[in-house]
Amino acid sequence: MSLDFLLEIGTEEIPHWMIPGALEQLRKLDLLGATPEVEATPRRLVVRATGVPDRTPDTEQVVKGPPISAGDKAAEGFARKQGADASALRKSGNYYELVKKVSGRAARDILAESLPAAILGIQWPKTMFWTTRDGPRFIRPIRWLVALLGEQVIPFEIAGVKSGNVTRGHRQLGASAIPVTIASYESELRKNGVILAAHERRHKIEKEAADLGAKLDGDLVETLTYITEFPTAIKGDFDPAYLALPAEVLTTVMRHHQKYFSVEDGAGLAPHFVAVMNTSGDPDGLVKHGNERVLRARFNDARFFWDVDQSKKLADRVDDLAHVTFQAKLGSYKEKTDRVVALVKELGGNAHAQRAALLSKCDLTTEMVKEFTDLQGVVGGLYAKVQGEPEPVWRAIYEHYQPLSMEDSIPATPEGQIVALADKLDTLRSCFSIGLVPSGSKDPFALRRAAQGVVKILVEAKLDYKLGWLAQDGLYEFLIERIQHYFREIRGFKYDEVNAVMASGCGTLADVEARLTALAAVRPTENFEPLAASFKRIRNILKQAEFQPSQPLDPALLETGPERDLHSAFEKVRAATDGSPYLDALGSVASLRPRVDLFFDKILVNAPDARIRTNRLTLLHQLLTEFSTIADFSEIVTSGDQKS
Amino acid sequence: MDTYQDTVFKLKRYWADRGAIIQEPYDVEVGAGTMCPETFLRVLGPKPYRVAYVQPSRRPADGRYGENPNRLYKHQQLQVILKPTPDDVIEQYLGSLKAIGIDLSKHDIKFEEDNWESPTLGAWGIGWQVMLDGLEITQFTYFQQCGGIDLDLAPAELTYGLERLCAFLQNVESVFDIEWAPGFKYRDVRLTDEVQFSVYNFETANVERLWRLLAEHEAECKDLLKQYEKYPEKGRFPVLAAYDQVLKCSHLFNLLDARGAISVTERVGVIKRVRDLAVGVAKLWADQQSESEGAAA
Repeated sequence: MSLDFLLEIGTEEIPHWMIPGALEQLRKLDLLGATPEVEATPRRLVVRATGVPDRTPDTEQVVKGPPISAGDKAAEGFARKQGADASALRKSGNYYELVKKVSGRAARDILAESLPAAILGIQWPKTMFWTTRDGPRFIRPIRWLVALLGEQVIPFEIAGVKSGNVTRGHRQLGASAIPVTIASYESELRKNGVILAAHERRHKIEKEAADLGAKLDGDLVETLTYITEFPTAIKGDFDPAYLALPAEVLTTVMRHHQKYFSVEDGAGLAPHFVAVMNTSGDPDGLVKHGNERVLRARFNDARFFWDVDQSKKLADRVDDLAHVTFQAKLGSYKEKTDRVVALVKELGGNAHAQRAALLSKCDLTTEMVKEFTDLQGVVGGLYAKVQGEPEPVWRAIYEHYQPLSMEDSIPATPEGQIVALADKLDTLRSCFSIGLVPSGSKDPFALRRAAQGVVKILVEAKLDYKLGWLAQDGLYEFLIERIQHYFREIRGFKYDEVNAVMASGCGTLADVEARLTALAAVRPTENFEPLAASFKRIRNILKQAEFQPSQPLDPALLETGPERDLHSAFEKVRAATDGSPYLDALGSVASLRPRVDLFFDKILVNAPDARIRTNRLTLLHQLLTEFSTIADFSEIVTSGDQKS
Repeated sequence: MDTYQDTVFKLKRYWADRGAIIQEPYDVEVGAGTMCPETFLRVLGPKPYRVAYVQPSRRPADGRYGENPNRLYKHQQLQVILKPTPDDVIEQYLGSLKAIGIDLSKHDIKFEEDNWESPTLGAWGIGWQVMLDGLEITQFTYFQQCGGIDLDLAPAELTYGLERLCAFLQNVESVFDIEWAPGFKYRDVRLTDEVQFSVYNFETANVERLWRLLAEHEAECKDLLKQYEKYPEKGRFPVLAAYDQVLKCSHLFNLLDARGAISVTERVGVIKRVRDLAVGVAKLWADQQSESEGAAA
């Protein structure tokens, strides 16, 4: 017989961003073969399943007994020890054996034992204790537990809370003790103000917010989905006079500080917002009124900061940066600014880029950025604009923190690209110079993000700085790793293609990209992988022979036939590919395949005559070196590798 | 409509009915209700305790000469400590909102993650900011560590920002318009305080002397801490007096900070000096408590 299963871990409000990760883990809950379905609200993590066997099957265990030759006494003794009658023994070869029946266990008993550890075993970014220091740890206190298998409660206890069949409703909209069955569970919750399914809450938020004119925003929808049990959107208004403030500032206040959606009309931001409540309605308009009041105070602050900040121009704040620490050992932002300006110059940045670099960090001293730190750079750009800096300058300041993630776009202007590159590169160089290197999950200065930004800008802006010139030693290696990551994870190239191209050196990233693109294009052609396999063979032969080229190839020593043919074909391809686009070059190299195959087929590299042997190795070495400038083909994983 | 003081009375009554001792504010300057010995020291050790008090909290750098409708140099916090935390702590908390006239069925309440940490006190906890119609009205924290010591129990700390809460209840835009008592507004009671202390904190406090005072209070605290080990009757040793010195140091640090006298590089160092004192005091207090329990047993 198989049974349905329900587990509800009732908690105090779990931080929204941790819920999906916890559900991923609960999806792997061991339910004796049944597949867990998971769901959650901020106050409950829920696992449901059908088809849980009511018990594990009975099994048989064979116990080996004494040799038959040991006699009846020994057999009886063995049987007694096993709690069986001697008549139950059977003969197997020269020995007695006993077949014992092992009864299966009730699933309810197994789960009663395993669930507490499984629940407390969920990994959270940060946990707490709430009973005593030695008590259980969880993300927030566990306040109730529903655990049912069929109609029966699976009995266990965590932190003094006993499992049962009683759930709780929404804090305002529902009852505080609701007996449920597996069948009635979700509908009882609904009657008590809880929409259990996240997709349903998400849909309700999206629909209602969109109907009220909200500009939807995926991240915010997701956040609101997991901080509400019964989301309802309402629209509020603000004084249009606040629209005089930059849209960036208004949006940040609404989105990040108040978790509101902004509302746009044809002309841009409209003087409205959409808030999502965790309740079913706002009959007296009190919630709307309260939220409007809060927003007004926030906007007033922002306007105050804006006005105060205009009393001192960005250009007059450069020296103030001496009082803002960049990093204890690396000094102030003034020092960082000086380095970035010099680096921009070194990178060939024009006067606008240099000016932008000089002003880029000045907004750190403004009240606006102290209050709204997410807006660093953006605020500087906006201030520079109203203070009359030329467009390339203010735009570069505005966008110099970009890209903030791998999905974010790079700065749009050349000045912005150079300042952003110099800023990040300086952070990386400085931190590496004092040994602040990310390790494992520790990366307090977000150096991976900075490095990723450097890579993204170099590739996507097609900047032709050589990597070896921008970075050395540890930082060079670190950037190489990030480059591989970028091309693999973001651009979707295969890892062996990335390895092959990178093994041939890393000059400018635009060049790496061009070689990768060519390699990926030529890879599916018929000659390519076999040729790659041959290159691997060549590399192994050279390695085994510990071959170091010491003299030029002597064409006179080449044997007529496959060897001479390969050589002349090689010379032709070499001449043809010199300076041609990578894709054509790779195509020509791939066309060598039949010659290479024939060579290996017919020619003994390890010739008895040392002169001939050396000459052949020289030929192979030249072949490998010559055609490894685009990619090291021996890095390509071919079907032969996978088999071995 | 309730006046400010009515609301305070109701909250105190509510928590008194739930077994809390109603304490008076601590009489040394503090930056937050958490710093009072009634919280900082009482949360240590295994002894159950429940207390509620209003604590005027001084944050010199937040002063605005009484010109900003929401920012104050000194604001009033109602601090509740429940040790150990009752299982229905959130229901009790929501009950306190009903007690001051908030009809929860007509409002939107959310608990949003907000963990609390005080580097100066070596203390941290896990919790939320409680949002009422988008306004943060309470900081709710489960204390985990204090004075660098892992706590035996995890007390719940509820901190109500009284000005915000009352401005909301009375539906006024500026805290200065809150009616404190019939016929008296917050402005009448506190504006002069805000103006004069903003002038002092930002303009006239003598920086050199403040540094000296900081050093003196630090020295007094250190001297005391050193004597504990050899002191014959541990239970009588003035750990509480040493803690007052920590509070003095903390307040002087805040004053110097408001005065712009602490450079960024110095900042970390001074915070560490104060934390070392706080950690030292917490250690002695915990020791003293376990000694007295040993004696009682």
